[in-house]
Amino acid sequence: MKAAVVTFPGSNGDYDLYKAAQQVGFDTHFVWHRERGLRAFDVVLLPGGFSYGDYLRAGAIARMSPIMEDVVAFADAGGPVLGICNGFQTLCEAGLLPGALVRNDVLRFQGKDVRVRVERADLPFTCDYSDGQILTIPIAHGEGNYEADEATLEKLEGEGRVVFRYVDREGSATDEANPNGSWHNIAGLTNESGNVLGLMPHPERAMERILGSDHGLALFTSLATSVPVLSA
Amino acid sequence: MSTAEGSATENSVSPRAGDPPITPEVVADHGLSPEEYVRIRSIMERELTYTELGIFSAMWSEHCGYKNSRRLLRLLPTRAPWVIQGPGENAGVIDVGDGYALAFKIESHNHPSAVEPYQGAATGVGGILRDIFTMGARPVAILDSLRFGDLDSGRVRYLFSGVVSGVGDYGNCVGIPNIGGEVAFDRGYEGNPIVNAMCLGLMKREELITASASGVGNTLMTVGARTGRDGIHGATFASEELSVDSDEASRPQVQVGDPFTEKLLLEASLELIASGVITGIQDMGAAGITSSATEMAGRAGTGVELEMTDVPTRERGMTPYEILLSESQERMLVVVEKGREGEVKRILEKWELEAAEIGCVTDDGRFRILENGVIVADIPALPLTQGCPTYEREGIESEEIQGLRAMDLSEHLIPEGDLTKSFLLLLGSPNVASKRWIYEQYDTTVRTATAVRPGGDAGVIRIRGTNRAVAATTDCNGRFVYLEPKRGTMIAAAEAARNLVCVGALPTAVTNNLNFGNPLKPHIYYQMRESVLGLVEACDTFETPVTGGNVSLYNETDGNAIYPTPVIGMVGVIEDVGTVTAQAFQHEGDDIVLLGVNTEELGGSEYLYVTADLVAGAPAAVDLDGERSLQQAVLKMIGERLLSSAHDCSEGGLACALAEAALGDGGAPHGISVELDDDLRPVAVLFGEAQGRIVVSCSPDKTDEVLSVAGRHAVPARKIGTVGGPTDDFGIVVRGGSVSTPLGEMATAYFDSLANLMDTTPTGP
Repeated sequence: MKAAVVTFPGSNGDYDLYKAAQQVGFDTHFVWHRERGLRAFDVVLLPGGFSYGDYLRAGAIARMSPIMEDVVAFADAGGPVLGICNGFQTLCEAGLLPGALVRNDVLRFQGKDVRVRVERADLPFTCDYSDGQILTIPIAHGEGNYEADEATLEKLEGEGRVVFRYVDREGSATDEANPNGSWHNIAGLTNESGNVLGLMPHPERAMERILGSDHGLALFTSLATSVPVLSA
Repeated sequence: MSTAEGSATENSVSPRAGDPPITPEVVADHGLSPEEYVRIRSIMERELTYTELGIFSAMWSEHCGYKNSRRLLRLLPTRAPWVIQGPGENAGVIDVGDGYALAFKIESHNHPSAVEPYQGAATGVGGILRDIFTMGARPVAILDSLRFGDLDSGRVRYLFSGVVSGVGDYGNCVGIPNIGGEVAFDRGYEGNPIVNAMCLGLMKREELITASASGVGNTLMTVGARTGRDGIHGATFASEELSVDSDEASRPQVQVGDPFTEKLLLEASLELIASGVITGIQDMGAAGITSSATEMAGRAGTGVELEMTDVPTRERGMTPYEILLSESQERMLVVVEKGREGEVKRILEKWELEAAEIGCVTDDGRFRILENGVIVADIPALPLTQGCPTYEREGIESEEIQGLRAMDLSEHLIPEGDLTKSFLLLLGSPNVASKRWIYEQYDTTVRTATAVRPGGDAGVIRIRGTNRAVAATTDCNGRFVYLEPKRGTMIAAAEAARNLVCVGALPTAVTNNLNFGNPLKPHIYYQMRESVLGLVEACDTFETPVTGGNVSLYNETDGNAIYPTPVIGMVGVIEDVGTVTAQAFQHEGDDIVLLGVNTEELGGSEYLYVTADLVAGAPAAVDLDGERSLQQAVLKMIGERLLSSAHDCSEGGLACALAEAALGDGGAPHGISVELDDDLRPVAVLFGEAQGRIVVSCSPDKTDEVLSVAGRHAVPARKIGTVGGPTDDFGIVVRGGSVSTPLGEMATAYFDSLANLMDTTPTGP
């Protein structure tokens, strides 16, 4: 069971993602953005950070890295691809997920714990959660405000592709609970086939109680459970 | 690469075409006194070239040469069995157990931040990160210690928000968590903010590398960014007072940061060090290539020869003078084993960075600069780095401050009135209120090691693969130091140590940042001397040696000095990360125990500042031996897992400490019911800033044991109340009054005031 963590110049969550995948039993490898070939892997992980300094636009340059062609091919073949924070931004830039992540509505970087609700517990990324479960997970981003046109949003909601939503303590998707202005409080979404997930919060930083929360652990155990089934 | 034509002993260097002649005015413009120039002349045994003058000016500036502070700094204790590297290197290093070493240092970027807050602060973070990774350590945490004027000024809000964005954006991008620090607002810092950044780095003991140019014939290479015209003479600029005109005129001396390049440089440098191809590495910080090359040669007792036309530059036509003194960011100088230059280039290429051979290590002890093979500067390296004259100035205490200290405060204490109102006012004052508005702009969780985030007494970073953790804090109450420098500095060190023990860390070592005014003024030099003497006593008592730090002088605007601000960055070791203790109350029904004694200490207090707009009186008494006993008692209690929480009392006194413990991060607040029978005026009990106090909470079945541990350490202790639930009020009864408020009202005052101040009013230069 092999996981690839793709590292771009400026990635800084690669190490955390590597450790998280390792913690649940993946044989995990860093793949430098100029390398090619992901066929040997069962899951591909795109980490957080500031690839290329987020110059031009977050993820805009990273998506032109040689490895991204392989990431797209891997996803098209049905392989599970997870993009967190900058990884989510890169997935949107690469067209694997619709919409875009723009500057937070508060116009400041936001680094804090947020609550998200699990909207779908039937994906390879979420099967160890339960529907409607509320998680406490850190965010750390300046451009996490999810935007898409009305038609896309309608389609996303209609097809149940919103996977995580920012909510308050009671589980309601209020404006106060939304840390960045995302439309429909969207924190994470999947593609049509449900094998690509992008999310702004950092589950890989919520793996141990001693560091504040272990609510991210089930996302990685979900992958560890599903991958053997997927590749069978 | 070309070699010098002619013999090095032939002592003549012709002036370079186009360079200005050396006149007394030019010497003065370079910040050197006539006496200093005479001394340089005699070292050189001839007239200087313009390039050589520039080099001396930078190396003999206050910033690089420590001319007015070195004699005082020599007094500081620097040794202990756990100190691996004391002062004199890029950063101090201590042994933290299980084969790990911790590199740490604090540095100031006050002057640039006063002129261009965003870039000034950002490059301050960049510089301190490089100081850590050039030791071979991976940076694991940042702390920032900030001071500004009062927030009712638009310009102050502009400086404050710019500095916070700068600190945040740089650290966030490189991916180093911010784990704490402090910020204070007081008109004493109007116009001259203090921006100090501290960094912690971890490495295996054997990964330590130093900054020395050893191995004659080895190659010197620059790696990282190219050299541009930015920051020329930054070191000299940092050694002058600011004036109203500094703003525009000094802007070219402020560097511009690129955290993306820094991240690549960090990874490339650690890979270079691990590869074993380099024998030394140093950041090109203040005074750029000049200081890095001469200091590396000075440490190894060698010389260096550099060819300026081989230095990659951003712009054409840069003179040797400009190249040598540029402070362009994200550059390193490395010493490479002869013949392995290609390996360096390959590593740098992977990280999409440049490396260039610019010179070599020589055996003649000279700092020799060539331009197209022609010598343009030739200076003995040792006198350049070590020969800067040091001064002991006259120190006399200002009579005005003596008067302030002796002031009878009782006439300024408003009649007791509504204590709850005063309490809420104090809790919402920017100095006491939650700093959430600041640290939510920082990434505090990247690298998945942050066990205690900002907002607590000290930040904690777990050492992965071990059971251990390191803790760090920065502290200094400038008002106390202003009113009585020696005592105020002892208080800063004592508070830092209390902060560490509250999370369960044994205070281990100190890095200090001495921020003062113009040392040529006797009352400023007095503050420096007394302050250092206070630090010596405190560090001796606490067994926390000073392993390095930074001195920032001339922090004055139009002749007005800042409060003397010797920021103490203290680190501690936690053997079992499972014992890390929270600041906030944890369980309804727990007992609240006060360790230490309430005394009437309102001098220099936040209460006096907020209610009477006054900074006066004598700072609180401090008993260093008593503090030491208190530290040991708390560590014992935490080690035996007796405590649910521990929190130090500082600005705003006991009432505010209780409020902070009751509110926590706002997620699960607790009401309290506390009764205090001290025979003191109510405001002194509630808001006085007596030292040596820590509020702890524990399960009622452990209270007797807590009191008994305190007793065995001769620490006064008593139960003062109980922790309530989320719907209970916050109530404190004292002799002659009480404070009582619903938690919601208190939370609004505490959590929202800074955001309200910053988000609803415009900033402006």
